[in-house]
Amino acid sequence: MVQNEIAIDVNNITKKFKIYYDKGSQLKERLLFRKRNRYEERLVLKGISFQVKKGEAVGLIGHNGCGKSTTLKLLTRIMYPDSGTITMNGRVSSLIELGAGFHPDMSGRENIYTNAAIFGLTKKEIDSRLNDIIAFSELEQFIDNPVRTYSSGMYMRLAFSVAINVDADILLIDEILGVGDANFQAKCFNKLREIKAKGTTIVIVSHSLGQIEQICERSIWIHEGLIRAEGPPKEIDLEYLEYMGMKLQENTAQEMEKKAAEEEQRQAQEENVSSDGENENEAESEPEPESQPESKKRWGNGNARITSIRAFTADGKEQRIFRTGDSITFKIAYNVRKPVDNAVFGIGIYSCGGVHCYGTNTRIDRLDEFRLDKNGTFEITLENTNLLPGEYMVDFAIESDDGIPVDYFREAYRIEMISSAGDVGISRIAHSWKI
Amino acid sequence: MKTFLEIYDYRQMIFSLVRKDLRGRYKGSVLGFLWTFINPLLQLVVYTIVFSFILPTNIDKYYLYLFVGLIPWIFFSSSITGGSSSIVAQKDLVKKIYFPRQVIPISYVTSCFVNMLLCFVVIFIVIIISGIGVNPVALLCLPIIMIVEYILALGMALLASAITVYFRDLEHILGILTMAWMYMTPIMYDKSIVPEELLPVFNLNPMTHVIECYRAVLYYKKVPELESLLSSLGLGILFLVLGHFVFLKLQKHFAEEL
Repeated sequence: MVQNEIAIDVNNITKKFKIYYDKGSQLKERLLFRKRNRYEERLVLKGISFQVKKGEAVGLIGHNGCGKSTTLKLLTRIMYPDSGTITMNGRVSSLIELGAGFHPDMSGRENIYTNAAIFGLTKKEIDSRLNDIIAFSELEQFIDNPVRTYSSGMYMRLAFSVAINVDADILLIDEILGVGDANFQAKCFNKLREIKAKGTTIVIVSHSLGQIEQICERSIWIHEGLIRAEGPPKEIDLEYLEYMGMKLQENTAQEMEKKAAEEEQRQAQEENVSSDGENENEAESEPEPESQPESKKRWGNGNARITSIRAFTADGKEQRIFRTGDSITFKIAYNVRKPVDNAVFGIGIYSCGGVHCYGTNTRIDRLDEFRLDKNGTFEITLENTNLLPGEYMVDFAIESDDGIPVDYFREAYRIEMISSAGDVGISRIAHSWKI
Repeated sequence: MKTFLEIYDYRQMIFSLVRKDLRGRYKGSVLGFLWTFINPLLQLVVYTIVFSFILPTNIDKYYLYLFVGLIPWIFFSSSITGGSSSIVAQKDLVKKIYFPRQVIPISYVTSCFVNMLLCFVVIFIVIIISGIGVNPVALLCLPIIMIVEYILALGMALLASAITVYFRDLEHILGILTMAWMYMTPIMYDKSIVPEELLPVFNLNPMTHVIECYRAVLYYKKVPELESLLSSLGLGILFLVLGHFVFLKLQKHFAEEL
């Protein structure tokens, strides 16, 4: 085998989709409502060219709707380009749709035959792979039970096992390394490396940059139907992340503005109400009724209120996406309506699954209690935030003496952690191996 | 040529689709697969009763005369009507995974074909019991007739299945068309009663020859006129080639249209 042989040659392909306003495919509809068949053409791919060498692994990255999945579908020949050519040299297997053609009433074993047949395997080839497939799926005990009795995890495991054992020359993968539990994922990943070591050409579409960095030699960043950059994953992924961070920041800024406007309006209302009830001085310990609409997310007596929250990197860039291990500084501004004695500031971090990852406050950290008597700001810096990739909600709170909430703001801020390493869990724990 | 090799590579898929279809056809019924035999047998009983007592004809053993034409016709017509919706019915597969799309109509027609073969078991039993018997030499022609009919049916199914993806009404239009086609084919009557001026139409109809050949072999115990069979074969190949190219052209946008 010549090392430089080309496995995939994509030459200037374009793809248009017709977006029908109201599609009719019946004769009556076609004749009577010709106008209704109006559609919009959307150019999804605007001319993409790339080549993949035999044995090379390439990752396609890009935000949702950029055309990377469409590119993959064109490579599999589920769809065809409107112009340009694609040449694939070798047997293609795709891990795009797992379990195609699975029949719930048939046993796992029978489904292996059906499913593998769809990949173009002959009976003989399937027979010789059957044991490998079953062993890989870890479903030995259940293989003769109907597939409908399987859990979704078992189902996916079986499907993945078939697809990965096809022995293709070219393997196309779309975001499927999320199969099963962490153990099985690791197994899939190892299998993938094994396959790659055998010289299989691989194209992966994934949002998990970590996986791409681990497997691929090259990343191709597709942006709005064109290739924006390509090169070693470490560089391209970083570029991509920076771009995504910028974009998110723009969105965040807009969101913040909207929130601020709402806040102002709300405060104006509040002022009216509290001027009515000036005599009720001792209502401090009770949440004020006007905070009712958002009481589930925010409560407190309102003597001081958080007005803005911003997050910064160590070098002072405002951002919402951080890499695992970064330091994050939150700057919180607050207004004071009535002085608060012995105030305490608190922070809580929750994963999007609701797991409380960390929480602390100035009292726990034995800072002197202080008095809030005018508008101001406070900061908290989280050094080496080792939270693993994902979204996290951050709560902030101002309390006074004895834990009376002044302004308790749940899910006040959202941050996203990213990382190119593949470790799993909630938080990274510094570690070392001795082997 | 590449397409044919590829379809050959996918023979296991065809096989598994055919098996799934045959097994699934009578799934859930008590008698299950036995229905494949019971169904034609009961049909035969009905025809015997109707044409012996209610509508007697002057054709000897008319029920058999009808039956040997009807079973091949049912294969043909169900290949077209069912075949036309076969790709739409498998849209989950077509949208999600690659395989040569021809596999679907081929499997469908093949499963109808296998069904017909199973019905032939019943036909042979009845032929022997009824005392007509068989002519071994004529019988040798039977596989050829079947292959010609298969080619015809496949060509039509390829054409119909690809067009139906874009134009769903075709499925229903074909329902009526095949019914009309049945009456334009000498299945229930003999070609000799067809008026002179309509004969050219009948002779152009490839199914006329196919049915007459079946009848020659099974009912008259004669070697069929191979000439007429050849013209059917010619038309069959024409349809197959046409169907193949239309299919090849239309299949590119299947995933988007479904």
